[in-house]
Amino acid sequence: MLQKLFYIFVKVAVLFLLGLNVRRKELLPADGPAIIVANHNSHLDTMVLMALMPLSKLKDIKPVAAADYFFASPAKAWLSERVLGIIPVERGAKGKAADKAADPLEGCYRALGEGKVLILFPEGSRGEPETMTDLKKGVSYLTERFPDAPVVPVFTHGLGKALPKGSFLLVPFFCDIFVGEPITWAGDRNRFMSALQDRFKKLSTEKTFAPWE
Amino acid sequence: MTLQTIHWALIGIWALLAAASVIVYVISRRSKKPVTELVQRTQSWWVMVAIFTISFLVSNTLSIIVFGLVSFLALKEYFSMIPTRRTDRRVLFWAYLSIPVQYFWVYDSYYGMFAVFIPVYMFLFLPFASLMTQKTDGFLRAIGTLNWGMMLCVFSISHAAFLLILPPTEESSAGGPGLLLYLIFLTQFNDVAQYTWGKMFGRRKIIPGVSPNKTWEGFLGGVATTFVLAIVTAPLVTPFDLAHAAAAGLLIPVAGFIGDVTVSALKRDLGVKDTGSLIPGHGGILDRIDSLTYTAPLFFHFTRYFYY
Repeated sequence: MLQKLFYIFVKVAVLFLLGLNVRRKELLPADGPAIIVANHNSHLDTMVLMALMPLSKLKDIKPVAAADYFFASPAKAWLSERVLGIIPVERGAKGKAADKAADPLEGCYRALGEGKVLILFPEGSRGEPETMTDLKKGVSYLTERFPDAPVVPVFTHGLGKALPKGSFLLVPFFCDIFVGEPITWAGDRNRFMSALQDRFKKLSTEKTFAPWE
Repeated sequence: MTLQTIHWALIGIWALLAAASVIVYVISRRSKKPVTELVQRTQSWWVMVAIFTISFLVSNTLSIIVFGLVSFLALKEYFSMIPTRRTDRRVLFWAYLSIPVQYFWVYDSYYGMFAVFIPVYMFLFLPFASLMTQKTDGFLRAIGTLNWGMMLCVFSISHAAFLLILPPTEESSAGGPGLLLYLIFLTQFNDVAQYTWGKMFGRRKIIPGVSPNKTWEGFLGGVATTFVLAIVTAPLVTPFDLAHAAAAGLLIPVAGFIGDVTVSALKRDLGVKDTGSLIPGHGGILDRIDSLTYTAPLFFHFTRYFYY
């Protein structure tokens, strides 16, 4: 309920304040298990992707986000869990906790097993606005375990201009959302990752964007 | 409620649109080539005319807010299209804030402030706000493009809204709303007329380097059509006598043409086809109001000079 109200508000704000040019919206997965992977520039990314989904599907769509950031305080944790519906992932847990049994992606496996749609930002962090960095491999572990779940790449432009990391001032810009053809498990983690990287590269060159220097 | 002439004028616009839709329907049945764009354009016209009619009938205040929103959407399109500097995010924010302020002067009928707020105060303030960041690389270009966009999308368009609050005169009881209806109708009709004449008879290009689809046949046919319509409809909703109606009938189509090709030059410079995708079949909102950015201020001052 709270989530629905929140996203009705977000939908209106996103459409009016930002305005979206969406290409191939129909390629977004309606039912899980499926994974949406997008480039990450802004806190708006998740909200915009959620706002593209029909309200009735919201409860089955789970953004995956860094536990250290989104569950830092009780208030943030409550918001992240109850309103945004976030699945926490321990960042950088792989190396330091090799001896620990808990897999940082456990929550994602469970959600995919339940037929949810995950939203994942494989760049890991928002970083420099409007510049793509290398993709983290987490997503390849997920597809290896769920080879039939389609992985839908989404390239967004403009959200990092509207609300970059470290700023609270939202400046309206039209944003472009390009949804790509889904890809599936390629039988090999590296092959899968390079296929994904290629798909993103193609999406990002679909339109020439005004420079932001 | 008794129907006033202005209501009849609105009914006339709906009737014209209905007739146009029938023609488009017939064309779409007969044509072998796909005419999706034409159909989309007509559908978008229905939506635009509906929004306009509703805000027009409800209240002046609502109409002023709607024009404010149009300015906002246009400015957003402009800022999304042009190259901007990261350091100027805050300056762009100030530019957006000029919209509620400017339209408040309209609402308040404060002509003196309305006329100077953007060309004087914002013009002087924005470079100052920008230099505070101490990044002078590209300063001139950033400030120049910023101001031009604000003049075009906010200042120019706000003139259409200011027409609304002009009072009725001895010659015409329709007052400001009548004048606005006249301006919007003729500006938009002229776009359609120039487009249609151009499609049917266009041969000799006017400025192919800027806009390859603009032809002398389209331009002159459009001017003639709009001219006739301006004279016929002037007694309904404006205080104009024949000479002034004729002058307005030339001013609007010519200025409309110039506004159109000015935005075309901008798009050509930036290498984009449309300014956006907000209005199906038309492109962005700037594509739709490009003529109005020229006709609104010129028509406003023309009217104000002779009648107010």
